[in-house]
Amino acid sequence: MNTAVTRIKEFLGPEIAGPGLAFVAVMLFFSLASPQFLSSATFGSVAFQLPELGLLTLAMLLPVLTGGLNLAITFTANLAGLTVAWVLQVNGGVDAGMASFVLGCILAIAVGAATGVVMGLVIAYTRAHPILVSLSMMIFVRGLGEFLTRGGDISGFPAFLQPIGHGSLAGIPIPLLIFIVCVLVWHVLLTRLKLGFNTYMIGSNIDAARYSGVNTRKVLVLVYTLSGAMSAVAGIIMLARFNSVRVGHGESYLLITVLACFLGGVNPFGGFGRVIPVFVALVVLQLLSSGLNLMGANQHLATAVWGILLIAVMILRWLAAQLMIFNRRKG
Amino acid sequence: MADIPGTGAKPLLSLHNINMTFGGIKALKNVSFEVLPGEVHCLAGENGSGKSTLIKIITGVYRPEDGAVIEYDGQTYSHMSPVTAQANGIQVIWQDLALFPEMTVAENIAFQTVIGRWPRFVNYRTMRDIAVKALQRLGVALDVDAPLKDYSIAQRQIVAIARALVGEAKLVFMDEPTASLTQSETDHLIEIVRSLSASGVAVVFVSHRLAEVLEISNRLTVLRDGALVGVYPVEGMTQSRVTELMTGKNFDQQVRAKSVRDNPVVLEVKRLSRPGQFHDISFNVRSGETLGITGLLGAGRTELALALFGMLKPRSGSVSLHGKPVRFSSNRDAIKAGIAYLSEDRLSLGLIQPQSIADNLVIASLDRIKSGGLLSDDRKRQLVARWIADLGVKIGRQSDAVSTLSGGNQQRIAIAKWLATDPKLLILDAPTVGVDVGARAGIFEIVAKLAESGLAIILISDEVPEVYFNADRVLHMAQGQIAGWFDPQSCSLQDIEAAVYA
Repeated sequence: MNTAVTRIKEFLGPEIAGPGLAFVAVMLFFSLASPQFLSSATFGSVAFQLPELGLLTLAMLLPVLTGGLNLAITFTANLAGLTVAWVLQVNGGVDAGMASFVLGCILAIAVGAATGVVMGLVIAYTRAHPILVSLSMMIFVRGLGEFLTRGGDISGFPAFLQPIGHGSLAGIPIPLLIFIVCVLVWHVLLTRLKLGFNTYMIGSNIDAARYSGVNTRKVLVLVYTLSGAMSAVAGIIMLARFNSVRVGHGESYLLITVLACFLGGVNPFGGFGRVIPVFVALVVLQLLSSGLNLMGANQHLATAVWGILLIAVMILRWLAAQLMIFNRRKG
Repeated sequence: MADIPGTGAKPLLSLHNINMTFGGIKALKNVSFEVLPGEVHCLAGENGSGKSTLIKIITGVYRPEDGAVIEYDGQTYSHMSPVTAQANGIQVIWQDLALFPEMTVAENIAFQTVIGRWPRFVNYRTMRDIAVKALQRLGVALDVDAPLKDYSIAQRQIVAIARALVGEAKLVFMDEPTASLTQSETDHLIEIVRSLSASGVAVVFVSHRLAEVLEISNRLTVLRDGALVGVYPVEGMTQSRVTELMTGKNFDQQVRAKSVRDNPVVLEVKRLSRPGQFHDISFNVRSGETLGITGLLGAGRTELALALFGMLKPRSGSVSLHGKPVRFSSNRDAIKAGIAYLSEDRLSLGLIQPQSIADNLVIASLDRIKSGGLLSDDRKRQLVARWIADLGVKIGRQSDAVSTLSGGNQQRIAIAKWLATDPKLLILDAPTVGVDVGARAGIFEIVAKLAESGLAIILISDEVPEVYFNADRVLHMAQGQIAGWFDPQSCSLQDIEAAVYA
């Protein structure tokens, strides 16, 4: 019994407190404010909207843990979507088969990973700041995508893509299933693999990690590669959800992913943070926007409320830290 | 050496009945402290003995508990404030110097004189004149228009002292001023302190390097666990006596050197060179042997160690382990081959301070805590528990940040990290930096046990007594070359010190 509790505690990590509290607060507030909030419709909309932002946040999480950032995630997702679209079109467009879709996905993930490899190599070897490196990559990928699409939409995909974006399996939306699998993969990676361990160490002090025998360059390259690959997964889901690809889809999510990481207790300077609290933080953000929607608020207002929430979280964290210091003094 | 100012002289500063409590812990217990005008006074004590708290009370950062009496320059205060302290000529030179590297020397020295004046314009010519005058008083020539970052740590320290003098200092505190200086730089600093003292400025030195403290001070105040141990004249004081007063324990050291001539050679270095850092270095280390390497800072000791650890590439020469030539392309190769290197810089290179004790301990041996290809928390916990018990580390929880530990316990974690990789050769670079005098003996106890178990050890230190008492052979490096060999069994500590400081 006791070990089970400690195991659950370890699984969640100490960072769960913030997003956990926010979750309870949001649930309470909207259940009281709107009678329709606790309905399957709300949770359906949350479940379908969560994966896009969620997958992009997972892509952002790894670089943030190393003390870096990947600003290219959204446009990498678009480029990956374009890759799938291109493979499908070459193989007959609406009549393309399942095999060409699978091939497209593999190529898309390879393209996403490739952007990460390049960024990782530049960051690891030149020690240039990740913001600058990923910003350059973002501009490159965006320009490339706009050049290829002439700024327009690409659509006309086979019908079997529909369920991937909108279908359910045993009552659970398929995009959500894919997202949950990715969350678990990231969780295992960060808690049980050498790569994850070293990601945290590099995030706190890259030189000390190198002196301890960590192959810091390899870790950085892998982290950005995985970030690029996860962006590609997000791009594929977005393609299936919108049934089209356009460069710029999901662009507004970019900075939200950074904030979702921080709301999930990730240290903005790297070294600390867990996947599960970030997952909870994402659910909170999504509930908040669905709840406001339900109450008739404007979609843009929901975004503004996200900003306020994050500022409130920073202040509350500071207050909690002050309280802890105060208690220690007294004790 | 100036005479010890007579006991009849009226003190410049005297504190009585100073008490201070933090979070239920008494940081200072009824402490009194006196400084005479123009004397050089040493404030000694281990980390946590209350030295810094006392300085912060004198400079007005902390307010002592009721009943305190502070007399300074004929005035009586119940507490100081930073403004009164500065206005009355009390200056502190903190260990980190608190300077602005991007600004010029003149700006660094004179910026306080332009703060808050009306009109709010900066008169650069006045600042420059003030800076030049302050440096002249110290007898130092620096380009006052150059940015501070162009200068070495030693020169920056001089800038910090010059800044203190601008404020018409009567009493200057120096917090660990020589911690990052070479011997000749230290000598220069000592000269400056002497001339300050001769011009009537009282200087209080806070230092753990006992040798220079004894050389420069007139009197010594020792604190232990927040209480006053006593005030002593420095004349006739020895290092071991001061250590005893600071720790309350007796540390009569004995030469541990033993002969290991029959043991197999673990490391053989032949004519190893790297231009500009070390040249033509040849030596061997046997199983169970502790080889001491000493020399001044900049003698190439750390560079040599980093070359053995695969982090610097030697230009020529060879290294063999157990008779087989080795060539490392990174420190990962070296670790795999059985070489471990404990960095001299524990804070930024040796340990990852914000991360947990457990993670710091296992970082170099993750393959040993795997089960079924995944890292196992249980195996990690067991491994950490075993090493912590083996090395007698005092910790709270394994998940606490390593930065919460004392210097001595941190160093034990760093040693455990390397022992967990099962090394054949352990290179210890300045293993007692930032470790309390009392905890140092414990570190060397561990080193001796490791040598007994057959590990080959290279012990690098710029404190000659450390290598003299703890190594089997001592290699003296100077300017990147081997300057001499010493056998502690057949030479005296003074022989080595004379050679090193020649």
